[in-house]
Amino acid sequence: QDKNIRPLNLAGHVGFDSLPDQLVNKSICQGFCFNILCIGETGIGKSTLMDTLFNTNFENFESSHFEPQVKLRAQTYDLQESNVRLRLTVVNTVGFGDQMNKQESYQPVVDYIDRQFESYLQEELKIKRSLHNYHDSRVHACLYFISPSGHSLKSLDLVTMKKLDSKVNIIPVIAKADTISKSELHKFKIKIMSELVSNGVQIYQFPIDDETVAKVNTSMNGHLPFAVVGSTEEVMVGNKMVKARQYPWGIVQVENESHCDFMKLREMLICVNMEDLREQTHTRHYELYRRCKLEEMGFKDTDPECKPVSLQETYEAKRQEFLLELQRREDEMRQMFVQRVKEKEAELKDAERELQSRFEQLKRLHADEKATLEDKKKALEEDQVSFGKRRAAAQLLQGQSLTANGKKDKDRKK
Amino acid sequence: MVAPTVGPVYGEKPSSVVDFSYVGIDAILEQMRRKAMKQGFELNIMVVGQSGLGKSTLMNTLFKSKVSRKYVQATAQEKIPKTIEIKSISHDIEEKGVRMKLTVIDTPGFGDQINNENCWQPIMRFINDQYEAYLQEEININRKKRIPDSRVHCCIYFIPPTGHCLRPLDVEFMRRLSKVVNIVPVIAKADTLTLEERDFFKQKIREDLRANGIDVYPQKEFDEDQEDRMINEKIREMIPFAVVGSDQEYQVNGRRLLGRKTKWGTIEVENIAHCEFAYLRDLLIRTHMQNIKDITSTIHYEMYRVRRLNENNTGAVHTNGLSDHSAHEM
Repeated sequence: QDKNIRPLNLAGHVGFDSLPDQLVNKSICQGFCFNILCIGETGIGKSTLMDTLFNTNFENFESSHFEPQVKLRAQTYDLQESNVRLRLTVVNTVGFGDQMNKQESYQPVVDYIDRQFESYLQEELKIKRSLHNYHDSRVHACLYFISPSGHSLKSLDLVTMKKLDSKVNIIPVIAKADTISKSELHKFKIKIMSELVSNGVQIYQFPIDDETVAKVNTSMNGHLPFAVVGSTEEVMVGNKMVKARQYPWGIVQVENESHCDFMKLREMLICVNMEDLREQTHTRHYELYRRCKLEEMGFKDTDPECKPVSLQETYEAKRQEFLLELQRREDEMRQMFVQRVKEKEAELKDAERELQSRFEQLKRLHADEKATLEDKKKALEEDQVSFGKRRAAAQLLQGQSLTANGKKDKDRKK
Repeated sequence: MVAPTVGPVYGEKPSSVVDFSYVGIDAILEQMRRKAMKQGFELNIMVVGQSGLGKSTLMNTLFKSKVSRKYVQATAQEKIPKTIEIKSISHDIEEKGVRMKLTVIDTPGFGDQINNENCWQPIMRFINDQYEAYLQEEININRKKRIPDSRVHCCIYFIPPTGHCLRPLDVEFMRRLSKVVNIVPVIAKADTLTLEERDFFKQKIREDLRANGIDVYPQKEFDEDQEDRMINEKIREMIPFAVVGSDQEYQVNGRRLLGRKTKWGTIEVENIAHCEFAYLRDLLIRTHMQNIKDITSTIHYEMYRVRRLNENNTGAVHTNGLSDHSAHEM
């Protein structure tokens, strides 16, 4: 095969410039999938922000502050805008930051993300698989809600983000940003970013390698974390109804860029980088998970002598091992079964013998009784015979005496 | 659920009116397009047919440039090889910002020997080797970000214009290969047939294909919905395309057109009244290219993968996935 690729000039219009359109059309038919994970304390405004972001009401209900453990609640929605269908899954943490002991708070989140990777990996490793139909539930973006204290990050925030930065694209946002003044906000943002850097937390950077979006992405990277305000209520400002929060001292407009960074978040998350978020999740985070998982299971690309080992061979070897183990267990079970059967058989034999002896015993008793009865019967018969004899004798005697008497009478009468 | 009004596409927001109900979900189409343009596309086409049927010329006509191997490899004389060889050449082409890596795989020697039994084997082996390479890369622990796709997306099979029906070689080859790759049959050098002869020939070919259970592209079972079926039925009624290739331009009615000049007239290649080259080009490039690639990756490749992963559990297997059983089948 010729490995050199020749550059070629086309002498006319061939027509493959329609390829991107063909690709886009196919994607429109298939629909898109996007999964957002929102991590933040109870009451910090996660659900409200999601409602505002997607211009809809996601049927949320307030969570209590007394959850014993952090839980995750995932809800899936089908949205449509012009001809694009989006299957959106919003995952919220429930009870995050409410416990007395928050040491294990991050674990349910990590477990959830890993579970989604695991089910994708399972599908990918199947023999008969349907990847193009598979509903991708892997988390594409993680919005981490920072409390607007104005000082710095909490240690819970740092610990959680550090655990998640190699598993998901983290986009930190400052929630309820209307409680911080502009100057405080600026200092707060700088403090947060420097803390993240000094603790080695890798948050998601908007991609700057594509010239079309490099400029806007670079400037947005400088505005992180976004200070957002969410609201689904509308207030009359000027002559329009806008989404806002009304206070006695003024109105905070959600979609006003000078009031908060909501529009920036929406643009970055949805309009400009949604595809990149999905791609990073697949090519970076998922691949890392897959590599770790397979290595954990004992698969390698090269064996100790550094010769390439095919996954197939390792898989075969493991399969043989597994089959041998199965065989061993089967043999064990069979032996146990045989053992039990023998025991039962012995038991039954004992019972049988016992029954047999009892039967013999009863038979003997019966025979004895029968013998006794026979004797008695014989005695009775003898008695009967002698009685019969005596009766006959008596009758004879009586008859003789009668005739003798009759003769006497006859004689007298004469 | 939201029912937003049709919002402006990203990049075209009018400055005075801001649509508050616009979320921006449809901007993902633009993002996808950008990503596709940046990554570029790959296409691998195989041409199969006896020598002298005009395969190289047709490729040159399709891609309006000298993609044929003859212009790349300086061979002193074009000799018919003693066995079938598989030669693939890659090209980097670009049109309106869309970059494509086109690989044309040539099969000189096919059907040229006296004894052509099993002449499809090297080709099957090649196709399976490409699937195998992709599979190996896919099951690696450390795998590349983008797995290089050398799988054969489409195989153009050249039928000589006898005018009667398919020959046993054609039937055998297409029967076996339609199971592993998308086959597009074409009638080569169609300028030797009149229109009536052509229609009769095409009908006969379609009957032969049906009688032998050969499913050529677009396959009936992969039609996704009603719309697809309608479009594909029209195409299926025209298969195989009767094509004429040429890379020479002639003056016809004041315009310069690709064609073949003869004493009795000039055959215009891109004129649908003369031959069906334009339909073939539209099918392969302008409308169905993505679909061809999708069918290769989601159906043919997956079938190969299932077979291969199951084979390892049962019988001995050669490294290219042709087990002892299937070698006999073939």
